Amino acid sequence: MSLGTEQRPFDPTDLRATGSARWADPLFRTISFAAGISVLLVLGLMIGSTTLDALPVFQYQGLVSFFTTSEWNAGSSRNELTGTYGAFAFIYGTLISSLIAIMIALPLSIAVSLYINRIAPKRFRTTLAYTVELLAAVPSVVYGLWGLLSFTPAVLLPVSRFLSGYLGDVPVIGRIFEGPVPNTNYFIAGNVLAIMILPIITAIAREVMAQTPADQIDAAYGMGATDWEVMRKVILRRSFPGIVGASMLGLGRALGETIAVAMLIGGQQRWGISIFFAGQSMAGHIASTFQDAAPETVNALIAVGVGLFVITVIVNMLARVLVWRIGRVAGDAAL
Amino acid sequence: MRTFTRRIAVLTAASLLAVACGGDGDAGDPTAADTGDDTATGAGDDAGDDETTDDGDDAAAGDRPAGQLDGAGATFPTPVFEEWIFTYTGDVNTDASINYQSIGSGGGIEQFLAETVDFGSSERVLSEEDLELAEEQRGCAPIEIPVVFGAVVMATVDPALDGLTLDANAIADIFERRITRWDDPALVELNPDLDLPDMDIIPVHRSDGSGTTSVFTKYLDADSDNWTLGEGTEVQWPAGTVGGQGNEGVSAGIEQNEGAIGYVNQAYAIELDLQTALVINADGNAVEPTLEATSAALATVEIPEDFRFDILGVGGDGYPIAGTNWIFAWECGYEAGTADLLKDFWSWAVEEGDDLALELGYAPLDDSVKPDALAAIERINSQE
Amino acid sequence: MSATLSPEREHLSLRTIDPYTRRRKQRSRFVRGLLLAAMVVAVIPLFLILIEVVRRGWPAMGWEFLTQVQPSGRTPGGGYVHGIIGTFYMVGFATLISVPVGILAAIYLVEYGRGPLTGIIRFFTDVMTGVPSVFVGLFIYALLVRQIGFGAFVGGLGLSVMMLPIIVRSSEEMLRLVPEDQRAASAGLGARKWQTIMKVVLPTAAPGLTTGAMLAVARAAGETAVLLLTALGSLQVVNQFQGQPIASITLLVYRGARQPFAEGQQRAWAGALFLMVMVLLLTLSARYISSRSRR
Repeated sequence: MSLGTEQRPFDPTDLRATGSARWADPLFRTISFAAGISVLLVLGLMIGSTTLDALPVFQYQGLVSFFTTSEWNAGSSRNELTGTYGAFAFIYGTLISSLIAIMIALPLSIAVSLYINRIAPKRFRTTLAYTVELLAAVPSVVYGLWGLLSFTPAVLLPVSRFLSGYLGDVPVIGRIFEGPVPNTNYFIAGNVLAIMILPIITAIAREVMAQTPADQIDAAYGMGATDWEVMRKVILRRSFPGIVGASMLGLGRALGETIAVAMLIGGQQRWGISIFFAGQSMAGHIASTFQDAAPETVNALIAVGVGLFVITVIVNMLARVLVWRIGRVAGDAAL
Repeated sequence: MRTFTRRIAVLTAASLLAVACGGDGDAGDPTAADTGDDTATGAGDDAGDDETTDDGDDAAAGDRPAGQLDGAGATFPTPVFEEWIFTYTGDVNTDASINYQSIGSGGGIEQFLAETVDFGSSERVLSEEDLELAEEQRGCAPIEIPVVFGAVVMATVDPALDGLTLDANAIADIFERRITRWDDPALVELNPDLDLPDMDIIPVHRSDGSGTTSVFTKYLDADSDNWTLGEGTEVQWPAGTVGGQGNEGVSAGIEQNEGAIGYVNQAYAIELDLQTALVINADGNAVEPTLEATSAALATVEIPEDFRFDILGVGGDGYPIAGTNWIFAWECGYEAGTADLLKDFWSWAVEEGDDLALELGYAPLDDSVKPDALAAIERINSQE
Repeated sequence: MSATLSPEREHLSLRTIDPYTRRRKQRSRFVRGLLLAAMVVAVIPLFLILIEVVRRGWPAMGWEFLTQVQPSGRTPGGGYVHGIIGTFYMVGFATLISVPVGILAAIYLVEYGRGPLTGIIRFFTDVMTGVPSVFVGLFIYALLVRQIGFGAFVGGLGLSVMMLPIIVRSSEEMLRLVPEDQRAASAGLGARKWQTIMKVVLPTAAPGLTTGAMLAVARAAGETAVLLLTALGSLQVVNQFQGQPIASITLLVYRGARQPFAEGQQRAWAGALFLMVMVLLLTLSARYISSRSRR
């Protein structure tokens, strides 16, 4: 309570082991262990109960066919499966829109974090940080509506059409930018997704960068390094693992984002090579159709959800391997 | 310990726990169950002041049942359901509190069968399978009662397409991408007076499962030989179309894509003043989608005793793409108070709700059908 | 390096900058400009959204909006008090569950965790952040709602499932940033492990933990899809904890924006405005408190 203790958080008398401390240690450990396990339990329960619902669909459609074909024809039965359930179009939509999002958001987040932490005038730093974090406060449905009614017609659609006009005729990569460009497509969903995950990646990247020891930065400056060299060779190198963690969080959000994507990705149960194709994502498809779905289709949608689990697991694993390799290369270069 | 406890306590208390306290504080005493009713009534009074039918008011105020109802289902009739609810709970029966949530027609059926709500609503009747299951589960039959009708209109924005006329085959060909240009000979033939633009057609459909799609595809499935996609709340549209999430997604798609045409709920089109196409009905008449035309469509349909019917093969002056909204209730198993309120509210809506429905762009039940509908409402909770 | 090898170098005064250094400085200046541009690009959407939300929602905002329930779609006036109460109710409940559990789980991962289990938990927490909200809704629906009905309790549970992985992963990053020296110093003073964690690690990480918790609260407050099948939504103020459908601001915004009437849409945008201001105030106050407690 007194001012004295508040100013000295490491008061040794505070830390003296009392009688209660002896059993408190294992107790604390057990509680935190239980909390850690509970995360697994919740997830296990979710996987278990949903896989049970999805199993008949996987058996009916065939696991391989479910993941690799793109014919989705919802049935309307209660007790049996009558439709065709190939989810590849949605898998592709999820992956391509998240990929676009992370490709835009990651460099931008790193730049924003560096700007706020290193370049912005000190008194503006907090304000700027809050401003970016406020992007996380915008509800998904508002992103969707704003994207659909305002940002797409004003900015994204002209940009998409320009890109498609310029790059659409280039051999080979032209396929990726091929028109026609409808008002909702992978690229537009990816852009709005990028805005949505920007605050998450930035918030964590900033905290991580702020932990770079001041003496290392000072030492670099002392040796005549420029601002950019300090950022690149000291701050970014040290923050690399943290930034990777941050982008995993952002990527997770992008993969699972539901309502905004459903409104912006195009709404066709098909897929196309062009980033301007009007397609559908897994989460978007579940959100769009579960409300009107017959019981058998609900099970099929749950199967799509289970598929999304699997995809997320694979993406996470791939990213981990990638990070491990990049980390090694970066580490070698540092030596 | 102290230091940290205080920190965490303050930290979480102010930022996060405050959330919970705030909620509790506002909600007040949990036993004050009528807080909600009071507030609802207040708003309802405001709602009732400006317009609407007040004829039955003075007579009715007295002996209406009090209580609370939960309903869920189709999005299609939500505006009119909400208007009925607010007028009823605000002006007619201030002791009642009614909740309706639009979760989709499939959801309406599921929630009704799962018995999580007092009544459900949908643009399709229960399947035979559903009926059997329902009987088995609750021990009595569910009752299906049509309460309101609505049309689906073909909307465009290009001024060159004002006054466009289509028939079932042309619509089917457009949405299956067999007709891809506005100056296609088939369309020119249907529109001799129109100078159709030299433009690609972009068909815009609903991407979410919806009753609007179900009404639209049911019409095409029945009236067009060219239609191959079947019927349902979602179908697999061919490549080259664009999907819009909800009516607003479709209308954005129509506005933002050159040469687009899409189908939306008539009430939505009226409210937003969208440009709509005339559709040729079974008698070969090109009909503009108006409320009168929707009502005229109902007059051509034979409505059976059990209310299980479709609005198809519309002729005369009727607009051919129209659908029905049913509500579902049970013959047994309600508490007496709930059943009384359910019956009172829906009989009121059927008897007195016509003007509100028309104002909002929905066609009410025909006078010849009303007695049957009221009799069906009376069957609620009749099997004890 | 090439600069030091150039033969002229010894004759130059200290003020002269050799071309290599000039290039380095120019590059640094260029990057500074680039970073500024990135900053501008990143905040532009926020201002566009704010302008849009205020422009569309402001006419419906006011005391009435905060204190009354909404009338039917086409009627002007009224507000979202039922949604505001519902959101506070459910997000508050979800926070009470997920913040302690999440931070404790992060403590386990950072302070105690050893062996494959830690990796498994961390990995699956990452996976869990990618679970779409509508899927969590379906899961809670199938598991609980079918048995016990709609309500604030099941809605809050759904939200806490969404919040938990965010809190665990962000808290873990923050706890990891606490310098090892501090732990060692605390141990050296004779503190037990739990004391070190409670008195050294957590207070040091407190601002970062708050950031993570706030991100999670913002996510939960803005969540729609989970609530569609758990809270369902309501037209009235509901104070029952379980068994009666309850509204949230996001459900009202979602449904309000989808109906055709201008008045109802205005209220939906006002709801979005309210939500953003609320989360902003929560964030600011949490930040303020944690920065004061650090001092």
